[in-house]
Amino acid sequence: MSAGGEYADLYFEYIATSNISIDESIVKSAVQGVSLGVGVRVLSGERTGYAYSDDLSPERIRKAARTAALIARGPAKIEKTGFEESRKRNLYPVLTAPTETSLSDRVELVKRADRAGRAYDPRVFQVQATYVDNLRQVMVATTDGTISFDRQPMTRLSVSVLARESEGVPQRGFAGGGGRVGLEFFVNDKTPEYFAGDAARQAIVQLDAVAAPAGEMTVVLGPGWPGILLHEAVGHGLEADFNRKGVSAFSGRMGQQVASPLCTVIDDGTIQNRRGSLNVDDEGVPTQRNVLIENGILRSYLSDKLSSRLLKNSVTGNGRRESYQHIPMPRMTNTFMLSGESDPADIVKSVSRGLYCTTFGGGQVDITSGNFVFSATEAYLIEDGKLTRPVRGASLIGNGPEALKYVSMVGNDLKLDEGIGICGKEGQSVPVGVGIPTLKIDKMTVGGTA
Amino acid sequence: MLDLAIKAIRLAQEKGATDAECTIAEGNEFSASVRLRELETLKEAGSRAAGLRILLGKRVGSSYTSDLSSEGIAQMVKSALEIADISTEDPFADLPDPSELGSLPGDFGLYHEDVATLETQYKIDRALAAEEAALSFDPRITNSEGGSFSSNTGARYFANSRGFAGSYRSTSCSLSVVSVAQQNGSMERDYWYTLARGNAGLEQPEHVGCKAAERTLRRLGARKIATQNAPIIFEPRIAQGLLGSIFDAIDGESIYRKSSFLADKLGQRVASENVTIVDDGTLPGLFGSSPFDDEGVPSRRTVVIDRGVLVSYLLNSYTARKLGMKTTGNASRGITGNASVGHGNFYLEKGEMPPEQIIRSISKGLYVTELIGSGVNIVTGDYSRGAVGLWIENGEIAYPVSEVTIAANLRDMLMNIERIGSDLEFRGSTASPTLLIGEMTISGQ
Repeated sequence: MSAGGEYADLYFEYIATSNISIDESIVKSAVQGVSLGVGVRVLSGERTGYAYSDDLSPERIRKAARTAALIARGPAKIEKTGFEESRKRNLYPVLTAPTETSLSDRVELVKRADRAGRAYDPRVFQVQATYVDNLRQVMVATTDGTISFDRQPMTRLSVSVLARESEGVPQRGFAGGGGRVGLEFFVNDKTPEYFAGDAARQAIVQLDAVAAPAGEMTVVLGPGWPGILLHEAVGHGLEADFNRKGVSAFSGRMGQQVASPLCTVIDDGTIQNRRGSLNVDDEGVPTQRNVLIENGILRSYLSDKLSSRLLKNSVTGNGRRESYQHIPMPRMTNTFMLSGESDPADIVKSVSRGLYCTTFGGGQVDITSGNFVFSATEAYLIEDGKLTRPVRGASLIGNGPEALKYVSMVGNDLKLDEGIGICGKEGQSVPVGVGIPTLKIDKMTVGGTA
Repeated sequence: MLDLAIKAIRLAQEKGATDAECTIAEGNEFSASVRLRELETLKEAGSRAAGLRILLGKRVGSSYTSDLSSEGIAQMVKSALEIADISTEDPFADLPDPSELGSLPGDFGLYHEDVATLETQYKIDRALAAEEAALSFDPRITNSEGGSFSSNTGARYFANSRGFAGSYRSTSCSLSVVSVAQQNGSMERDYWYTLARGNAGLEQPEHVGCKAAERTLRRLGARKIATQNAPIIFEPRIAQGLLGSIFDAIDGESIYRKSSFLADKLGQRVASENVTIVDDGTLPGLFGSSPFDDEGVPSRRTVVIDRGVLVSYLLNSYTARKLGMKTTGNASRGITGNASVGHGNFYLEKGEMPPEQIIRSISKGLYVTELIGSGVNIVTGDYSRGAVGLWIENGEIAYPVSEVTIAANLRDMLMNIERIGSDLEFRGSTASPTLLIGEMTISGQ
């Protein structure tokens, strides 16, 4: 700080990971490992200096600090500060982190998934299951005078299944879940059999799928994981860095109508045991529940310290980073829409011709034009108010500030996803959650071939 | 470092491993970003880590650490052995046969001293110059997400218990600009970048900035078009992505699992006759080149599709054993775990027609300049992605298009490559010239 920085922080991180996978009923690959390091950041106006080291000796940390401070200019602006520990809470009271349990207990999870996937239907011919856990321990010390410690467990079990009719074209199904939970989650809540069964079911459904339709039509999204719509259509566009720079399709729209009045969208990093939750974000700020869109009106951006300093807004607890090697930036946590009043069955009944989507692969958005895409992996035609045939995978495309204006019915069945989302931005991946109730969107472009 | 890798292997063998392989990677990264003519971010750091994979008979265990002290290495060995203990016997688990191991002579132009010695101010100035070129290109360029110069130096050391020990150094640098244009209330962004092993190989900053600006400006006023079937032209940057999908489909892992639409198609016609696709890990100075792959097998040139016929998959030693074939020197991994399959320089051979002439050759169609979304299914070949581009009418560019999707099956797309441009250029480790695909479904209004 003596070089003239206005703010600085140190981020110490230690991660222990294990990764176990089964393929052809053989546990072929498992890895465990540790990595640790420290990242040093100095802010000066709009400028950021960053350096990191995987050597925690005082001289290496000082060297990193000098490198990060190259960005600053002028005389020292802050006095030396003492540190006060930030308020404590525990949103993920996991007694035994998965990394601390016996390896054989964890191996059993992928073996069970493999057996269940194969037992589901004789047409299943390949099952791959992967179990990953990590325990991330962090300490963030800032020149705001705060110091925070957090212990962040994470587990994820995923299953991929291939099925085919004799000599026909194979189809894939994929399912998985987890969160900031211990192994008991896979015993008491969502078992390997649950995920394997769902993956196998999707693959079998796809065997009878017809080509997806092409063109504009009514789209009904099922509850849960299809919430990726919100993540792409509005979430990224509301990240404060893009809006500070004026490059988001949502820039300058605060207080304006950006969705139908039926839509209230929340980003909440405080939901217990969820994949996107954090006690404190990666800048040492406690996470919170932020209302992004209230009855269709844009209310808040997702902010980190840099953007909130420059925009003179309050921080929202959304400063996140992939690891000590990365600079924090505004990111989502768990992003979802509140339930409405419609019965989900009535929503489907109200559609004469359209598409009902229940599972998605990935998505992507161009935050400047606002155009976003997300790819359905399980979807059905709606004809005269009834689900008829399953259709093959297709992308759905829309424009962020426009798409949610066409939401005409919101179900009373909000569901969060199973805990499998990974969000990528500028080369950094972080775990996130999404969720929606059943939604009817009157107009969206479906990218099939039929 | 190579000594440390060998030490880890010996220790693993002393503790009971029948075979072992160890990778150590070191890297230094630097990046400078500027925005609206001001320095915005400077980042500089280095790190290193070691990874170990051991065999206990036919059982495998892997581990890694960023702690390279004796205790760190001992802990890594212990972890890998623990893991092997809980693994299942895999009859195909092994290392490459000693006769297959080796390193090609020469340095392949992977390391350029100039990258390691560039001054910070020089790098900032390059980023500033590139952004300036974009900002001053046209008054409709109203904003920018900045210019950025980054450089990396790295070294990779690999040894195994069958006598292989090798290492190589590499460098890379890149310069990019993201510009934003506005007109009549609509806003668009696009980018351009240049990437090379050495600083001398980079395009000039002015070129990068102007190219970003031009690409951004031509998107202004984009329309959504009607749903229809039409010819599709992929510009090289987009065709490059298509090559990535073709690689996924001929990767030995997808083949033995039968999770590719090209599984069991060896010797068959899978693409139009003018299509030849090659993987070459030996081209000097390119991003897919190396003297040996990530299990110590020399890199090489492999023709994958020869005039439309699938003639080879790309394999590491494991997938080769599974398929009863020979490795093609395409093992790839981070620093630990079982190797997967990666490509060298994976490219579609150039044709004869200049890209302008390909555009002129169609009466109507979409010239695609950006694709978004993940809608490529390698198992079935189903392909559906969000597209941005330029509408072509009577061989001329008519107007920009956005918020549409293009869809087809990859099987048909490969068979329908009607024209191939003469404009092959390497920008990363996959490359393709301009491609004309006879017909795809455009979904719009």
